[in-house]
Amino acid sequence: MSSTNLLQRRSVVAALLKDRKDTIAVGGLGASTYDIAAAGDHDRNLYLWGAMGGAVMIGLGIALAQPTLPVVVITGDGEMLMGMGSLATVGLQKPKNLTIVVLDNEVYGETGGQASHTAATADLVGIARCCGITEARNLTTMAEIEAFASLMHDITSGPRFASVKIDPANLERVLSNRDGAFIISRIRGALGYQPI
Amino acid sequence: MHARADTPAENAQTWPEDIFGVLQRFDVRQVPYVPDAGHSQLIERVLGAPSMRAVPLTTEEEGVALLAGAWAGGQRGVLLMQSSGVGNCVNMLSLTQIFRFPFLTLVTMRGEWGEFNPWQVPMGSSTAGVFELSGIKVLRAFSPDEVREVVEAAAGQAYNACTPTAVLLAQRLIGAKVFTK
Repeated sequence: MSSTNLLQRRSVVAALLKDRKDTIAVGGLGASTYDIAAAGDHDRNLYLWGAMGGAVMIGLGIALAQPTLPVVVITGDGEMLMGMGSLATVGLQKPKNLTIVVLDNEVYGETGGQASHTAATADLVGIARCCGITEARNLTTMAEIEAFASLMHDITSGPRFASVKIDPANLERVLSNRDGAFIISRIRGALGYQPI
Repeated sequence: MHARADTPAENAQTWPEDIFGVLQRFDVRQVPYVPDAGHSQLIERVLGAPSMRAVPLTTEEEGVALLAGAWAGGQRGVLLMQSSGVGNCVNMLSLTQIFRFPFLTLVTMRGEWGEFNPWQVPMGSSTAGVFELSGIKVLRAFSPDEVREVVEAAAGQAYNACTPTAVLLAQRLIGAKVFTK
């Protein structure tokens, strides 16, 4: 199952994180975490292996705590649908340094490829916009992805939301660290915080 | 049993002020909440505090994830909710064990001590059990004069020992909600 018209998820994430500088990246449960790992392990990566629906809120907590750092949440359509209310919470808080990117393959890829709501009716960009995230758009070409990757570093104009329709092909998993205590301590260390 | 005030101005209590003082002393910065009448006075104080960020949620589990992110970013937080919201958090509470972050929540109880609304009783009855099964320590405050020391102990073990802790603020303390036509 592959379509030449759709963007490739690994290329999209690699382009988003290529010149990441001090960006903190949060990966939603599932393939998004593998995509971030495939782009290269980094001490500012927060990989999620559970907590479905929580990726955007974790990103919001970091963004509020570190308002001068760009924070990007990269997640899938299923994970985003489970935490849809968090878009309303972000819309209310309006953290200028937060970017949310949904890799939308319209299926639950980890569980056998069952159709998600975005395959038929749910419009995540419309939902984000109606929740007060006015900077919400679909990205359809790699040129748009590259321009958006630069925009991500602007910590004065967020929050912003992008949906990218991607090829639904399941790729070989690139397994990141999955020890949460290690992952969170490593990020804290990178930001200058010591263990208790 | 005493009646619960519908607005903070109607019957200002001292214990919400005690909680606010403890949160300030522990440098709590992010305060996610789903509103509850029992928390209304504290929420007002948080909304007016320049050092604190009040974050209204659509559902309580958002608050658990927010506090994990806050900790990753170097800040402490506390989640304010009602007992019925605890059930909404169950899977997200995994984060407290996975990240071993200093999780603190203050829960106003319903479904006990003169409850009028039967729909509050099932979740109110299982609130402590849900926390304990999820690896969260449970402390309780029943009377106004013990709130300060209970919240202080909870904040101490949460923030100093990374021991996830919930304080259940008893309905007897808050007063049963009065339903009038």
